[in-house]
Amino acid sequence: MIEMKHISKTYTRKGVETEALHQVNLKVNEGDIYGVIGYSGAGKSTLIRMINFLEKPTSGQVFINGIDLGSYSTSQLRDARKNIGMIFQHFNLLNSKTIFQNVAIPLVLSKVNKTQIKDRVLELLDFVGLADKAESYPNELSGGQKQRIGIARALASNPSVLLCDEATSALDPQTTDSILNLLKKINEEYNITILIITHEMSIIQKVCNRVAVMENGEIIEEGNVLDVFGSPQQTSTKKFVQTVIHDEIPASVKNKIKDVPNSRLFKVPFDQNDTNPIVNDLIRTFNITVNIVFASINEIKDDTIGYLVLQLIGEKDLLEKAAGYLSHPEIGAKELAK
Amino acid sequence: MFETTVTMDQFIQSMIDTFYMVGFSLVIGSIIGIPLGILLVVTRPGGIIESKLFYKIMNPIVNIFRSLPFIILLVAIIPFTRLIVHTSIGTPAAIVPLIIYIAPFIARVVENSILEVDDGIIEAAESMGATPFQTIWYFLIPEALGSLILSLTTATIGLLGATAMAGAVGGGGIGDLAISYGYQRFDSFIMLVTVVVLIVFVQVMQSFGNWLAAKVRRE
Repeated sequence: MIEMKHISKTYTRKGVETEALHQVNLKVNEGDIYGVIGYSGAGKSTLIRMINFLEKPTSGQVFINGIDLGSYSTSQLRDARKNIGMIFQHFNLLNSKTIFQNVAIPLVLSKVNKTQIKDRVLELLDFVGLADKAESYPNELSGGQKQRIGIARALASNPSVLLCDEATSALDPQTTDSILNLLKKINEEYNITILIITHEMSIIQKVCNRVAVMENGEIIEEGNVLDVFGSPQQTSTKKFVQTVIHDEIPASVKNKIKDVPNSRLFKVPFDQNDTNPIVNDLIRTFNITVNIVFASINEIKDDTIGYLVLQLIGEKDLLEKAAGYLSHPEIGAKELAK
Repeated sequence: MFETTVTMDQFIQSMIDTFYMVGFSLVIGSIIGIPLGILLVVTRPGGIIESKLFYKIMNPIVNIFRSLPFIILLVAIIPFTRLIVHTSIGTPAAIVPLIIYIAPFIARVVENSILEVDDGIIEAAESMGATPFQTIWYFLIPEALGSLILSLTTATIGLLGATAMAGAVGGGGIGDLAISYGYQRFDSFIMLVTVVVLIVFVQVMQSFGNWLAAKVRRE
């Protein structure tokens, strides 16, 4: 669907070169909700603008449905852009035009006839739940409503890809959720591939199926959202994951358990498909005391990810045997320092 | 106090001359200045149809004409005026320098108005596959319209000021009336009337401009 190959982008300003992107490879499959996360300055905005060629790469290629964007003439590129909708952090609606006129603009540009425009715009306004606002102006709407209009406008030309450039960064958490739900609905009902740029891990957590982590113009980690959240590899990725998944034992809990004699701590991943009765086994087989000191379960899109922290209390050799049981790959527990 | 040597006909004629000079040079000046102002925005470095050549030539030219006070421009281009309207005196002779004076002014204020449009709007237009002309027509002009109206209001008032100097080439108009009768013949009454007329004219123009701008900006 979307494929970036060895993309680099260098800006030269007053003789000073800055590399915004360095050898970026990215593949987004049809039907994906693909999230790209990074701190500001990581190159995410440049990256998303490569996909509709608002920014042209210094080297490398961008393929949309197998066709190299760089091979297009200016007018072919304009047509290609009509197949790629885009929404923005600050909505970029025309304040001088009504909501109806705003949503109609892409169709007016394509010289669609008036009755068709009317039908399509009303259908879209209905889809985003703002049918009653057709004759209002953008400054009469809330941020969330403006973004809904932005989405309706981006969908007007029936694109197969929707690019979201920090689309919820200017919105409060509740409004963000409603916009994310709308994006999910678009993905499911219209089968539109969505690429989201964000600095908030919670957005990736709620809607994305794949994620890429960017740092200093490079993609440092990429994969299935569940895998990346489950076992982040890079320091930055871990930091992002920690913003939504609390995988550290709170200090108050740590204080209470640190002085218990003959005890060891284990972090046991929680898997909803796992049928091993771990706690039961520990107590019955090893004859030790099991104390659940902390647990965390998080929903990642349509899945869950979590773990338990168990304090095992008992005789030394029994604890050793229990540790052996817990380290079994099927369980995958890790011992924690007290 | 209310005695004057100026007849009603003279007064009306000078009003007509003023409207004629302001109106005519505003229309022609806008026809030249508005597209020029837009071109100065879109051809500048980073603009949607970037053209170093055009921008680097037109930008200083606009500056050159903007640096000349009208009274100097008026006499400096007399040979050119004569070439165009075959005379160097009278109302038509005043219109040529008025246009040359106001067109670059309009270009500059239009440029500033269009530059105020958020870059995000241009980006949105590009992302929709708009052509440069469509970007200007459907995005830049509507978004800058309120500001453009205020800019043209300023231009109109500036033009009214310039017509007062048209007397130097026998251009006529109420400014000329105030100088040649009010000032040079100590006709205080006509001076007063002229001042009042000019104030009213400017007030009406400005109020109308503000009203129209507010209307398109939906304030």
